[in-house]
Amino acid sequence: MVTTEDLQSIWLTLQLATLTTMLMLIIATPIAWWLARTPSRWRAPVAALTSLPLVLPPTVLGFYLLLLLGPQGWVGRISASLGLGPLSFTFSGLVIGSLLFSLPFAVLPLQYAFESMGRRPLEVAATLRARPLDAFFSVALPIARPGILTAAILVFAHTVGEFGVVLMIGGNIPGQTRVVSTQIYSHVEAMQYPAAHALSVFMLIFAFLVLLALAWLNRRRDRVLA
Amino acid sequence: MKRFAWALLALGTHCAVLFGADTTVAVAANFSEPMQKIAAAFARDTGHRALLAVGSTGKLSAQIRNGAPFDALLAADELTPLQLVAEGLGDPASLFTYATGRLALWSAQPGLIDPHGAILARGDFQRLALADPKLAPYGAAAMDVLVALKLDERLRSRLVLGESVGQAYLFVASGNAPLGFVALSQVQLSGRLVSGSAWIVPQRLHRPIRQDFVLLAHGAANAAARSLAVYLRGAEAHRIIRSHGYD
Repeated sequence: MVTTEDLQSIWLTLQLATLTTMLMLIIATPIAWWLARTPSRWRAPVAALTSLPLVLPPTVLGFYLLLLLGPQGWVGRISASLGLGPLSFTFSGLVIGSLLFSLPFAVLPLQYAFESMGRRPLEVAATLRARPLDAFFSVALPIARPGILTAAILVFAHTVGEFGVVLMIGGNIPGQTRVVSTQIYSHVEAMQYPAAHALSVFMLIFAFLVLLALAWLNRRRDRVLA
Repeated sequence: MKRFAWALLALGTHCAVLFGADTTVAVAANFSEPMQKIAAAFARDTGHRALLAVGSTGKLSAQIRNGAPFDALLAADELTPLQLVAEGLGDPASLFTYATGRLALWSAQPGLIDPHGAILARGDFQRLALADPKLAPYGAAAMDVLVALKLDERLRSRLVLGESVGQAYLFVASGNAPLGFVALSQVQLSGRLVSGSAWIVPQRLHRPIRQDFVLLAHGAANAAARSLAVYLRGAEAHRIIRSHGYD
């Protein structure tokens, strides 16, 4: 029932979700750290800005991304002048779209984790002569581990389930931009309901197992720490 | 004066309630614009009101199968109405082709596409947009053209697929694809190209793009729906349909 095309879309989805999650943690951590600590008056506007992708419906977000990545959009112009060619209808374009789409899902839990630990741990680290960067990596990040894990799970799951953005900027190219969600959608639109059901069940079971494994992992580590 | 206008409007709606009936009609997205004009003319000429639910034929038919309260379907293909009839959801006697779509190879850039579409064979472009041949009749027709011109193998890696012909149009209109196969109805109004450049594909190169109407079981007893089925074949509807680039 699950065809090679379906398998290819599953593999591509996993690549997209994994890469997005890794890049996202690198991008979102400094933003969340800054938001949690700064007294700057830019804090509120930046916080609002990072939450904006929640407001726009995904297809609408995808529509504007398409315009942005196109030859008239400024991202499209930059990528063209760098000789990279257009990003729409490419895997890289999907990664950019996914990062933007899931940004709040990473920043919010991280920011909460950093805020709830307070200033005390870092002050203690400073009295032990840890440099700020050292203190961040060896004190703040381990304390924020549940928040990081939550962010990673949310971003991964959200990217697997992402649909509207991919539909708009993907172009449904096998092995490049045809992910599971758009493949299921194609099956539904083509009225191939059994194929759609098979792929959906596969995806749900897989996602459930991943989330379950992460939750167990999290609990076990907590017990070890306690 | 303003109050008078309001009174007229209220009276108008009231009359429609008194003398006309409402019908909810599912309309394929590519036919949404002409259908809005037809619905307005229909209301003017008959007093009946047609409420339009616009969506892709695939989604609309899934909704119909699951109890959506639509009285009729103006599909973007001929297969879906036939299937609905076969499943006992539509009236077989009501089936007819209300519009035949024309295919165009279109670019937002003026002068890019020559009047005979020779650019396809030259192949000096990176991407060619079309609707997914699996999902959309316009996509299947576009694929027919590529096969007929023996270009399908050569251009395969450059194809970008929209989920509908509407999305194929968006890919080209936004410049993300330099050219693509779209519905003539999307780029032509009253017999003239609205923008860019185009090759109107001869119909002998692809299967006919017939868009069929079917009266659904839900609307079997609805006077307005039956009246609309007749109205769609009339002169006024025909004029509107032709002016939008359909045959």
